[in-house]
Amino acid sequence: MDVLSRNNVAVTGRNDGPTVVLAHGFGCDQNLWRLVLPRLERDFRVVRFDYVGSGRSDLSAWSADRYSALDGYARDAVEVCAALDLTGAVFVGHSVSAMVGVLAAAAAPERIGALAMVTPSPCYIDDEGYRGGFSAADIDELLDSLDSNYLGWSAAMAPVIMGNPDRPELGAELERSFCATDPDIAAVFARTTFLSDSRGDLQTVSVPTLILECAEDVIAPREVGAYVHAAIPGSRLVTLDATGHCPQLSAPEATAEAIAAFARGLA
Amino acid sequence: MARVSRGPEPADTGGGDGGADDAAFTSLLEDSAEELYESAPCGYLSTLMDGTIAKVNATLLAWLGRDRDDVVGRLRFSDLLTVGGRLYHETHFAPLLRMRGEVNGIALEIRAADGSRRPVLVTSTVKTAEDGEPLLIRTTLTDARDRRAYETELLRARKAAEEARRQAEADRARLQEAMAVLQQSLLPDTLPEIPGLETAAHYHTASPDQVGGDFYDLFPLGADRWGFFLGDVVGKGPEAASLTSLARYTLRTAALYETEPAAALTVLNAALTERGTDGDPRYCTAVVGVLDRDGDGFEVRLASGGHPPAVVARAQGGARPLETPGGLIVGILSDAPFATARTRLAPGDSLLLYTDGLTEARVGGNRDLFGEDALRAFTADHGRSGPQELVRALVRLLEEFGEGLSDDTALLCLGVPAAPRGAGEAAQA
Repeated sequence: MDVLSRNNVAVTGRNDGPTVVLAHGFGCDQNLWRLVLPRLERDFRVVRFDYVGSGRSDLSAWSADRYSALDGYARDAVEVCAALDLTGAVFVGHSVSAMVGVLAAAAAPERIGALAMVTPSPCYIDDEGYRGGFSAADIDELLDSLDSNYLGWSAAMAPVIMGNPDRPELGAELERSFCATDPDIAAVFARTTFLSDSRGDLQTVSVPTLILECAEDVIAPREVGAYVHAAIPGSRLVTLDATGHCPQLSAPEATAEAIAAFARGLA
Repeated sequence: MARVSRGPEPADTGGGDGGADDAAFTSLLEDSAEELYESAPCGYLSTLMDGTIAKVNATLLAWLGRDRDDVVGRLRFSDLLTVGGRLYHETHFAPLLRMRGEVNGIALEIRAADGSRRPVLVTSTVKTAEDGEPLLIRTTLTDARDRRAYETELLRARKAAEEARRQAEADRARLQEAMAVLQQSLLPDTLPEIPGLETAAHYHTASPDQVGGDFYDLFPLGADRWGFFLGDVVGKGPEAASLTSLARYTLRTAALYETEPAAALTVLNAALTERGTDGDPRYCTAVVGVLDRDGDGFEVRLASGGHPPAVVARAQGGARPLETPGGLIVGILSDAPFATARTRLAPGDSLLLYTDGLTEARVGGNRDLFGEDALRAFTADHGRSGPQELVRALVRLLEEFGEGLSDDTALLCLGVPAAPRGAGEAAQA
């Protein structure tokens, strides 16, 4: 199968620049990088993709088996890098993708030369001596939220989004990425995201690593950022003056600048 | 009914009550914007772009059981949600709102100060400055307790239905597996190799959910003698399976010490009529036979208990039923007589035993039965190529019947291979 179309890969920016790969997290797709693109495309060759099951990926390539473990997503990432024959790319992973990047870098060290982890968390569930911020019951509640919103979501949201006359260019893409996600696929991604414990994998990181956290983030609180920072020797922690879990949306300039500074500094 | 007065009214409006209506409507209009906001039948709040609550109406405060001072400037919108809802908000709601500037009708739950929850439908819009810079978020929350209860019931019913379907499929698979094992136990694994005899058998199961009631067997009785039978018990399912088992083992045992097929049928008849006295009638039809080697062929003795006649295909062409005299259904009368018929299978001859699933298959627009005459003609056409070829052709025929074939069907065919042309001379040379 053609990986580039399977994962809806887009390559933009400077062909002669260093490569940054932007990987989305749970609940989103590559569209969430939209606001940081202009800045990054000035200096870099920018690769974006959707994991199989998300956005405009080829849903027929999805299987519960493969995508019930972060490894399956890491294979997507490695296969995208291989299809473009990347070497030494900067892998920018948002949320759960930050940990996917850790696995991908371990699997394909020649392709991934650095990691930029945007609001990462290696483990969302509280554990003895570790506070991820959530309990297993909270995750069940999220799955319920997903479930109850599928009842009204596609029927009620699609026309609103599609009929948005002010920003018609957003309509179709958002309808796909936010509304038409197969509920079973989303539930598998949610479970895999929030029930995985990847703390042990942090020690495998041997490439330069940037950790970007937000000053206020209920999903990845600052103590989790500090945990990741402490677990990866030599990593840099940057705290953005931003709120929420998606600084690429709430503080796009600062986020793009931090990624660009990190990627430039590698050269 | 209140009306809005706009300029001159037609003379016939309202009559004497018009003045009172207008007064009531005017007092409605005096409902201030402030009151409309505070007492709106929905929760209403405004937040900064980071979610910090800047303004909230009384309705929402009442739902939350909180004072204004504990909320404004102190909490973020997501603080009002359940933890799972907060996750959903951060991963879906907030990103979509940022991207689109508007989100509509999202199902979430808010948590009141006393810990109670209230399902709501949330709609948010982003207010932007003239340069497009987002300034604040306006959010309304509609009470959705009734609707959510209904949806929860729908979801529960959907999950229950899916679970029931999965369970039913698993049960069915297990049942079919058990049925298949049981069915296999009622039939021989393989037919014995008999020098100078070609054999073939086939069993068609009408439904994988039920054990069929047809049976057959072929087994040695001595150096040059073999017993065989084929039959069909009345009914289907577990009772039929138990009866089939009884019939099969009774016939095999009887054949060991009764040299006449009719005598073996009499033993089976006795066993079934005895079992039938408990008010649960047990019948079957069966053909029972004995083969004795006879030079280059076989002598066949055959007795039938109410079973369709076997068909004999001859080497020189043609096929005829082998009529068996008497032959009541086995298990009805305790002293039912069974007589024996005889024939000889010479090289090139075949003997076909079958159950009525074959002859009672519906053909030609589901109206006519395939019938014994058509079977005889079919056997005449295909019989000369030997039992295996004949049974293969019959299996293809059964497939062609499709839906018309509604019953189980057993086939057993015994034949003496035709002597190869010139083989006799070669052997003597």
